[in-house]
Amino acid sequence: MRGANALLGASGLAAFLALGEAVPRLGVVDEDYFPPTSRIADAFATELADEAFWTALGDTLTGWALGLVIAVTAGILAGVLISVTPYLREATASTIEFLRPIPSVALIPLAVLLYGTELRSVLLLVVYASFWQVLVQVMYGVQDVDPVAEETARSYGLGTWARIRHVLWPTALPYVMTGVRLAAAVALILAVTAELVIGAPGLGARIAVAQTSQAVPEMYALVVVTGLLGLLINVGARTVERRALAWHQSVRGEVAV
Amino acid sequence: MRGVEAVLLRLLLVVALPALLVVVWWFASDDSTDVYWPPLRTILTTFPDVWTGERLRGDVLPSLLRLTAGYACAAVAGVALGTVIGSYRRVRAVCEPVLEFLRAVPPPVLVPVIMLFAGIGDTMKIAVIASGCVWPILLNTVEGVRAVDSVMSETARSYGITGPARLRHLVLRSASPQIFAGLRQALSIGIILMVISEMFAASNGLGFTIVQFQRGFAIPDMWTGILLLGLLGFVLSVVFRLVERRALGWYHGRRDASRRSS
Repeated sequence: MRGANALLGASGLAAFLALGEAVPRLGVVDEDYFPPTSRIADAFATELADEAFWTALGDTLTGWALGLVIAVTAGILAGVLISVTPYLREATASTIEFLRPIPSVALIPLAVLLYGTELRSVLLLVVYASFWQVLVQVMYGVQDVDPVAEETARSYGLGTWARIRHVLWPTALPYVMTGVRLAAAVALILAVTAELVIGAPGLGARIAVAQTSQAVPEMYALVVVTGLLGLLINVGARTVERRALAWHQSVRGEVAV
Repeated sequence: MRGVEAVLLRLLLVVALPALLVVVWWFASDDSTDVYWPPLRTILTTFPDVWTGERLRGDVLPSLLRLTAGYACAAVAGVALGTVIGSYRRVRAVCEPVLEFLRAVPPPVLVPVIMLFAGIGDTMKIAVIASGCVWPILLNTVEGVRAVDSVMSETARSYGITGPARLRHLVLRSASPQIFAGLRQALSIGIILMVISEMFAASNGLGFTIVQFQRGFAIPDMWTGILLLGLLGFVLSVVFRLVERRALGWYHGRRDASRRSS
């Protein structure tokens, strides 16, 4: 069953690549705009051999990872603090609801003015965008704590810290993991965006340069790289989630079926 | 009397922190001479000068129209394709890896790609917004359609409910919570893409204007632009929530009921 699906998936992928080769070759679209798969693959290989490409990849990953770590740490701390302090949740709800939908790209002009094309520009955008993903999930998670378990822990005389550690955290962890997974994807989008629009060094800036210098196959190759990166991050985040929640019903249930 | 007090307390809790933050911002920045952080007073007095009349018609409106057009295209295409892919197991198996890859591409990198095809006009922006928004809608629809309750599906079959009626009353309805989750994700991606496509290449629009202000060092004007974008994001998410509440009223009601009974 799994094997058959993998086969079908591979054939789908092959068809997709073949279509990418055939459409420009048959002249359906202009080859200058949409180079055939083989030329993109060529450009991809050239990129891999280029040292500047690896530097750009490293820059993008640095911005992504650093921003994600800051956002996740801040999101978890703030989320738990807000949820366990009486009244703080109600008091912050409207502010969070107002700040959350503010598109992070609105901060681009400010980031440019303050930090130019430095890493800090990228971090400002990445952290702002991914922080909310984590925060909101943590707050949902804490809300989900079973009142009976909470009361039981209380009546057994567990202190605040012990209750956070043994009751609240295990309940919230699946939500936290979802938040981290979403934040990881958002962080990549914002890291690449900042590079593309602001010109901070990284894959995004390389795409912008390839576009302005009419290096079309290189541009497509770089877009493919960002896609692969996104894919790796998704798969990686899922794996981490599965590991961290190996004890949890949702994961154990999946395996049994 | 107690009810009134409770309402007042709630109201106080809702208003207190935002009010406090605004007041802090107002006084902390009041005698600010830092070029980048102008006093809130200046920003607020600049706001009406900047965002009325010509600019509202010439920049805000086109932006919103592009967003609406792109988002609508993505919603229609996403739900339609998602329903087809979700309904047939084999189609799903064939498409899955390609879809996963396409979804993983950060949407903003589509701006330079689509610029090649569509130039820098409105078509490009609508295409960018649509092609970025479509993935969360599509994939969520697939998940939702897949998860249609098999008992209900069998029941529908044995009652002879097929074709459009089955699609409308069973498939789309039971997938709608998932579809709305996708639409919600797509909305924030849409706003981001609207702004970015205008920052990249445009002659009007919100993103374009804000970058113009920044390049011209019209800092208070730039700040009003940031505030306006924030306000826009907020208003759109409120509107979305109202629509969702109406459309998914039955679902939220059922969930609340089951939560109370458990």
